[in-house]
Amino acid sequence: MAIAHPFLYEKPGTVKQALQLLAQHGAGARVLAGGTDLVGQLVDGLVRPEIVVDLKGVPDLQEIRMEKDVIHIGALATFTDIMESPLIRKKLPVMAEMTEWVASRGVRNRGTMVGNICSAVPCCDSGPILLVYGGKVLVKSARGQRAVPIAQWFTGPRRTVLAPGELVLGVRVPDPGKHGGAFVKMRRYKGEDLAQASVTALLLAGNQWRIAFGSVAPTPIAGKRVEKLLHGKRLTPALVEEAVALTDQETAPITDIRSTREYRAHMLRVMMRRALEAAASRKAGRGPAYGTELI
Amino acid sequence: MKIQFTLNGTPHDLEVEPSDLLIDVVRDRLGIKSPKRGCGKGDCGACTVLMNGRSIRSCLVLAAEADGQDLATVESLSANGPNDLQQALIRRNAFQCGYCAPGVILAATELLARQPHPSEEEIREAIAGNLCRCTGYEAIIDAVRDVAKPTRKPARARKGAKR
Repeated sequence: MAIAHPFLYEKPGTVKQALQLLAQHGAGARVLAGGTDLVGQLVDGLVRPEIVVDLKGVPDLQEIRMEKDVIHIGALATFTDIMESPLIRKKLPVMAEMTEWVASRGVRNRGTMVGNICSAVPCCDSGPILLVYGGKVLVKSARGQRAVPIAQWFTGPRRTVLAPGELVLGVRVPDPGKHGGAFVKMRRYKGEDLAQASVTALLLAGNQWRIAFGSVAPTPIAGKRVEKLLHGKRLTPALVEEAVALTDQETAPITDIRSTREYRAHMLRVMMRRALEAAASRKAGRGPAYGTELI
Repeated sequence: MKIQFTLNGTPHDLEVEPSDLLIDVVRDRLGIKSPKRGCGKGDCGACTVLMNGRSIRSCLVLAAEADGQDLATVESLSANGPNDLQQALIRRNAFQCGYCAPGVILAATELLARQPHPSEEEIREAIAGNLCRCTGYEAIIDAVRDVAKPTRKPARARKGAKR
């Protein structure tokens, strides 16, 4: 269980140096942040880079900060950093709620949110959270910089729009203002399991809703039909049932090692109901505290 | 490539390959055998070491990444014999085969450093990533609770506390 494939290792001290290395090696370079995905892939021989570029020598990339009305989460911010950030807990409580249930403490101490969306597995918990909060991925290369809306980021399982030579500097989330939300994650046991399915709901001012699903499609996906149904309306029990009924149309769960398609589909309806009700009650200042398990 | 780090208070200068994993350097080069190879994928927690006081998976860390860092294994806790936590685990007969023990002890050590008054939920959460196939966890949780300082205030005061 060692790494059989040799590679070069560089730890640049600036973004500029990192971009030079990425430009020089193109698809032969892999970027290392926390390593909780990449090192496992190196051990398994799934990736065989010429060079591993460790970002941890670049200052400031670990920062979580407010810039005017945008929350910036640097590429090196770990799940623990995000979970313990007073800024995130205040401004993006559903993101904080999600980080508490990612893997285990030992993985959260190392793994990063940016790494999570770059690995882009269908069950990545950061995807639905960034979808509901309208996050953008800040990408830089030797040619320039671009901000990719998260809705355009994922292109398939383990695939994103990130091109060789490009580096993600962080994610940027607009301040959503007063809101309520819920991240409901189903897994086989409490602790560190990957999501069998997840439903995220966010209620913004003016009864605008944002809905997203994880682990039930090739990528994290937004629940556009439910968002449209709920738009501008006050949540009533009848409306909740209409939204629950739409869940089957929004998602395409499969049977795999963690669950059957039928169980996922059934539980998605349960989770949708609880996510909507919790989001609405939290926005009203009631409801279960963030971090309370809803299933 | 050359790296240097501190392990259990002792500085080390080493020549390693970029592809060397931290667990192999700690176990095979430095002879510190408490971190165990379990799943090799970050799931089981047997390979846990502390890096700058935080628990990490040494099977998912390159030795190169440890350059300049402060590492600790369970050996660092018992320079003067088993510490309070270890004694509580012994009293509770909390382990059988012991393969998970170093990782569990380090995870609990990290928790108690961060939160000296953990609730049972916090204890369970802190060791959730350390799989034990012998004991069913109850005695481990009891032992951590034995050494945790009592919660400062009873439930009434905690109700409004920020999470």
